[in-house]
Amino acid sequence: MVKKISKLPFQGTPEQEAKLKDVIAAANGDRSRLMAVMQEAQAIYGYLPYEVQKMIAEGLDVPMEKVYGVATFYAQFALSPKGTYNISVCLGTACYVKGSQQVLDKLCELLGIEPGECTNDAKFSLEACRCIGACGLAPVMMINEDVYGRLTPDMIPDILKKYE
Amino acid sequence: MKSLADLAAIREKMRSKVLPEEGSGDIRVVVGMATCGIAAGARPVLDTLTEEIAKAGLSDKVSVTQTGCIGICQYEPVIEVLEAGKEKVTYVKMTAEKAKEVVEKHLKGGSVVEEFVYSEGSKPVSALKDATFYAKQERVALRNCGTIDPENIDEYIAMDGYAALNKVLNEMTPEEVIKVVTDSGLRGRGGAGFSTGKKWYFASLYKADQKYVVCNADEGDPGAFMDRSILEGDPHCIVEAMAICGYAIGATEGYVYVRAEYPIAVAHLQKAIDDARSYGLLGKNIFGSGFDFDLHIRLGAGAFVCGEETALMTSIEGNRGEPRTRPPFPAEKGLFGKPSNNNNVETYANIPQIILKGAEFFSSMGTETSKGTKVFALGGKINRTGLVEIPMGTTLREIVEDIGGGIPNGKKFKAAQTGGPSGGCIPAEFLDTPIDYESLAAIGSIVGSGGLIIMDEDNCMVDIAKFFLGFTVDESCGKCTPCRVGTRRLYEILEKITSGKGTMEDLDKMEELCYYIKNNSLCALGQTAPNPVLSTYLRFKDEYIAHVRDKKCPAGVCKDLLTFTIDKDACIGCGLCAKNCPASAISKTDYVAPGHKLPSYVIDPDKCVKCGVCMTNCKKNAISKK
Repeated sequence: MVKKISKLPFQGTPEQEAKLKDVIAAANGDRSRLMAVMQEAQAIYGYLPYEVQKMIAEGLDVPMEKVYGVATFYAQFALSPKGTYNISVCLGTACYVKGSQQVLDKLCELLGIEPGECTNDAKFSLEACRCIGACGLAPVMMINEDVYGRLTPDMIPDILKKYE
Repeated sequence: MKSLADLAAIREKMRSKVLPEEGSGDIRVVVGMATCGIAAGARPVLDTLTEEIAKAGLSDKVSVTQTGCIGICQYEPVIEVLEAGKEKVTYVKMTAEKAKEVVEKHLKGGSVVEEFVYSEGSKPVSALKDATFYAKQERVALRNCGTIDPENIDEYIAMDGYAALNKVLNEMTPEEVIKVVTDSGLRGRGGAGFSTGKKWYFASLYKADQKYVVCNADEGDPGAFMDRSILEGDPHCIVEAMAICGYAIGATEGYVYVRAEYPIAVAHLQKAIDDARSYGLLGKNIFGSGFDFDLHIRLGAGAFVCGEETALMTSIEGNRGEPRTRPPFPAEKGLFGKPSNNNNVETYANIPQIILKGAEFFSSMGTETSKGTKVFALGGKINRTGLVEIPMGTTLREIVEDIGGGIPNGKKFKAAQTGGPSGGCIPAEFLDTPIDYESLAAIGSIVGSGGLIIMDEDNCMVDIAKFFLGFTVDESCGKCTPCRVGTRRLYEILEKITSGKGTMEDLDKMEELCYYIKNNSLCALGQTAPNPVLSTYLRFKDEYIAHVRDKKCPAGVCKDLLTFTIDKDACIGCGLCAKNCPASAISKTDYVAPGHKLPSYVIDPDKCVKCGVCMTNCKKNAISKK
């Protein structure tokens, strides 16, 4: 999967950096904890810009190439920032056969963005994901932590209104 | 916790809480709070119940607790009322308002609120065990899901939890443990179906300063959620089983690799590990036996290939999750280069019961070569979606028609998809095939991890094959060429076919490429990636040919092959279609159909973007696609 790499300037704060340093220190030089550190770093910054990856590489004493390799390998690591509301539409099998593609199409149309992108006002980002395990409620999407099930495309405008 | 007596004391104390005792008048209300339950709105139901019960002054008599997946996902949120001497009552599709009514009429008034009770057809089935959904099920791996509070270790102990660990540590040698597991006939539930006992035996043979027990909870197969349900609903059984495995193979440390997409499962498992530690059921000198064992959680980050055991171990080590060449097998050189045993969640979930009840208990269920039960996540175009556990050998028809209640909206069954992106599609003529490893392999599919997706006549099989290939193209780790490049080329051929540009030669090329990828890929991901294409091509060749030769998609899914037309005699000229058409492809004609007042409309096929909006808007069903 090709990841979109953000061109936005890095805007990390000293507080975020201090938190990241704590996380790195807690790993205690255990390099097998690289992924766990990156997951926590993403929770701090919202994504993993180059500058953050570099801090992790130096902190854990692993090559930058390895951090970047891991960041691009796993779907969960984001190289561009997400919107205030991140929408992930499930394209797992159960959702797909019940029409989640049409739900995704509708969202693209309404938000004017493609999966993997963020709206200009940084409000919504959109992504397609693989199975969140709520197959009984297919088709399903998540807006941040809220799960919406049994969707049809015409329910989308009303759901989006809740976040405006 | 030092001995069996300590364990028994907790069991005695808690038993009556989990299963209310006759004569006590106690009532226990459980609310299904697994991911699906919460998504459907179980939290306000639980809150309302707690609040209303307190208000009604029933708190001494009635306890409310969360529980894991009850299995009937379609009907979430679900609550169950347990009262000694009475049938369990299951209320479905609950809301806060309905919960209030249940407290008022049932818990306070003593009469069941029939209209909210689970029903099949028109008659309410208050006792779920009598429902056709449950009648053919046998719960071993899921026995505690939907019964106990997964965050309460005492409730797990009340249901004989940790008794199996106690038994192996005090009464059995590691060899005896392995023998029981081998004799039970348990085979890997992650999909490969390798004998669990044999796997443990191999891992026990290698000597090393450190060995590891690994649990694969990276349930990546889209459409499968049994491992999530077990971790959410009964996390202690995995902790217990992994400790038993540690004792059997001589390992003192274990890792559970869980998908980060399962936050509730992770939280419940973490709590289970912490509680087990504080009870001395993990850590040093468990039950005073001298055996040490501890567990760690590692989170996955969304890579399907990490379900492959060597890739999973590479990922735990903090690397890109690329598979390794086998041999050496993990039993010899696994996690951190040490002898390791890896099983999936559902496999482990069977272990404590096998130890407690004996190999015979498990091997008496199932077929000659596939013993015990298997959990399936039933989804797609089926009336009752849910989590079902059936004895091996149950037929697909029993699952689809009896347990699942058939296909909704009067549509026709077309295929059942098992094994996700590694499996195949089973057409109607094989519905009577018993489900076991060998029978499904014989018809070109696999048992897989347990995703079972039902498709109806509206699903295009070429499109489904393309869907799965799109998945494997995304998820191929890139290490070996047959998989990395092969799956992409295969996807391109399918794209050509579904867009109406395919030729008959493409079909031959496609088949040849499938076998090439199967035979030459490094790991199971690549070796099984062509299965969805091969099985649909084998069973639904007509559909492929229709796409290529006739440039038609019989199911009406592949957009490029569809034409939308308005039946000019059925059109009443209301203009709703034209008004809503995003491409302005619909215009008025001069033709007024007999009996109608306004002229009909027509679609310009060159402008049509095939979005189907006109069809949804037409009140007279005058628009068709084919």
